[in-house]
Amino acid sequence: MTFDRRKFLAFAGAAGASQLAMPFVRPSWAQTGALRVGLLLPYSGTYAPLGEAITRGLELFVKGNGGKLGGRDVTFVKVDDESAPPKATELTTKILQGEKADILVGTVHSGVAMAMVKIAREQGVPTIVPTAGADAITRGMCGENIFRTSFANGAVGYATGEAMVAAKVKKVVTLSWKYAAGEEMVNGFKRSFTKAGGEVIKDITVPFPEVEFQSALAEISTLKPDAVYAFFAGGGALKFLKDYAAAKLGIPLWGPGFLTDGVEKAAGPAGDGVKTVLHYVDSLDNPENKAFVKNFSDAYKVTPDVYAVQGWDAGQLLKIGLDAVAGDVAKRKELNAAMAKAAFASPRGPFKLSSSHDVVQNYYLRELKGGANAYLGVASKELAPDTTGCKL
Amino acid sequence: MSLALIQILNGLQNGLLIFLAASGLTLVFGILGIINLSHGSFYMLGAYMALTLTSFTGDIFLALALGAPIAFVFGMAIEWLFIRHLYNRDHLQQVLLTFALILVFNEIQQSVWGSHPLSIPTPSYLSASIPITGSLSYPVYRAALMLICLGLALAMVFVIQKTRVGRMIRAAESNREMVEALGFDARILFRLVFAAGVTLAATAGILAAPVESAYPGIGDRVLIVSFVVVVIGGIGSIRGAFVGSLLIGLADAFGKVYAPQFSAIIIYALMALVLVMRPAGLFGRA
Repeated sequence: MTFDRRKFLAFAGAAGASQLAMPFVRPSWAQTGALRVGLLLPYSGTYAPLGEAITRGLELFVKGNGGKLGGRDVTFVKVDDESAPPKATELTTKILQGEKADILVGTVHSGVAMAMVKIAREQGVPTIVPTAGADAITRGMCGENIFRTSFANGAVGYATGEAMVAAKVKKVVTLSWKYAAGEEMVNGFKRSFTKAGGEVIKDITVPFPEVEFQSALAEISTLKPDAVYAFFAGGGALKFLKDYAAAKLGIPLWGPGFLTDGVEKAAGPAGDGVKTVLHYVDSLDNPENKAFVKNFSDAYKVTPDVYAVQGWDAGQLLKIGLDAVAGDVAKRKELNAAMAKAAFASPRGPFKLSSSHDVVQNYYLRELKGGANAYLGVASKELAPDTTGCKL
Repeated sequence: MSLALIQILNGLQNGLLIFLAASGLTLVFGILGIINLSHGSFYMLGAYMALTLTSFTGDIFLALALGAPIAFVFGMAIEWLFIRHLYNRDHLQQVLLTFALILVFNEIQQSVWGSHPLSIPTPSYLSASIPITGSLSYPVYRAALMLICLGLALAMVFVIQKTRVGRMIRAAESNREMVEALGFDARILFRLVFAAGVTLAATAGILAAPVESAYPGIGDRVLIVSFVVVVIGGIGSIRGAFVGSLLIGLADAFGKVYAPQFSAIIIYALMALVLVMRPAGLFGRA
């Protein structure tokens, strides 16, 4: 071990000094030249594929507009948020102050997003949340300059509840991880489901991010509901789908779209027949989606997912705002006002914003079959998210 | 069959799998005195190895037959490269280095296999489920997993209690200097023990893969639970690890059904209780 403490201190000192000097050596053209769009997204860890899909969607949109928005060239400044809430404040400050971002786009992890939104509200920088679903972002924490192009957790749950009511499901057991997103997905579901007379026999929770579901499955088998409403995502969702299928409960499985998205192929036959609700499915039959899927597949050799759509629509929304002020980001009031009134055709269907700057959109019922989600119909038409607590 | 009986089954199965991972950790911790934070990473690498090896052998047990020796050699290499420099250093440096290994292995996993969750097929002859109640079936693979883990546990007890290597390991655990003074090469012994620890973690990862799938961070949970088991069972005690794992598995399974609001903390509460009653663990030497 030749790397002793003295060398380490010298190295750390040099690194620290270069960090400090960074803002001063940066060329000053940042103010007048290209528009700086800061992307605070996960580029490492579990959420890395989501961060990448959002970035690709947004970059593809800007590229399709000749690399310009509002008549100005666009430069992307990417910062990996590591999906780590404790680092969120520091990284948001870094992207706004250090990197001098004019516009902020981020992020996926709700904990990071809430810390980011708090700073963005104080500083007034126009901000678009392209995925994080925490209800609070467009409720208690909503702001003039805060926009969301994805969904609120509660709204996805609400739409799924409506679809299950329509399918004449009466008695349900809910199952989710015990954390904020899980609770919001379940509460949103219960609001629509119980309003229509449905009965929730029991809410089962599994500590996050644990993936041992056998106990829950055993309990479900004794409760014998008409259907199970479950919310998990990523690796946990994949394991859950396989365990659920192996338990042969014979009880239909429902959930928000995140239960199957990204693991359709990996789930294989275990996923067959699982019904989910989401604001996008790649087989949607509308001209915008067809063009988008073709463009995206040509550019990146993979079919786009819902996250890519949310990134693409962040671009659409930004263009409307920036066109209205001809690229002058100093006119924040006008820019925000133009974005708030935005309405356009998205690959997901018609897109407009609620008073709280969250998306009013269609939710679709899908069924997983042979490793792909098939479109079954509209579950909830132009559903507005809950705006309780937002004073806009 | 009642819910309680099903939960006993679930708890035992989960506990036996935890034992496989935790036994490796307790060996390395007890005999080498190394706090090996990267133990979970070897479990993760096992799961991903299962993915790659089943994709061209077509069977999880062939993957295990190939993967276990690979893990053993890999463990020897890691010991030679990194771990052997840590024996006479304090725990802080051990923790720093093995934590660095976690970061390295995570990065390797990201770049080789990507970050989407991936599925490992259950062998067709074990993919059925047996109905155990009117509405619940139990996957045959899980039942097979229980028997395999039990077999491995017995094999481990045999090696440690009845063979020459086992005697050396036990001797080294109780008095390292004396073993060296008697002319045994503790360096080789330590390398073998570390490699065995890696192999046990990887074996657990491979065997669990068809049930668990493979995704980033899969080893983190295993690492934490394994440390809890080591603390409960007593550092270095295989028997303690066995009892500790089953206790944790059962406590967790019952906690989830009968005290769901406390299920996240129940195993830690159990650990705290053991620490208060028997600070050295159930089978540890004070």
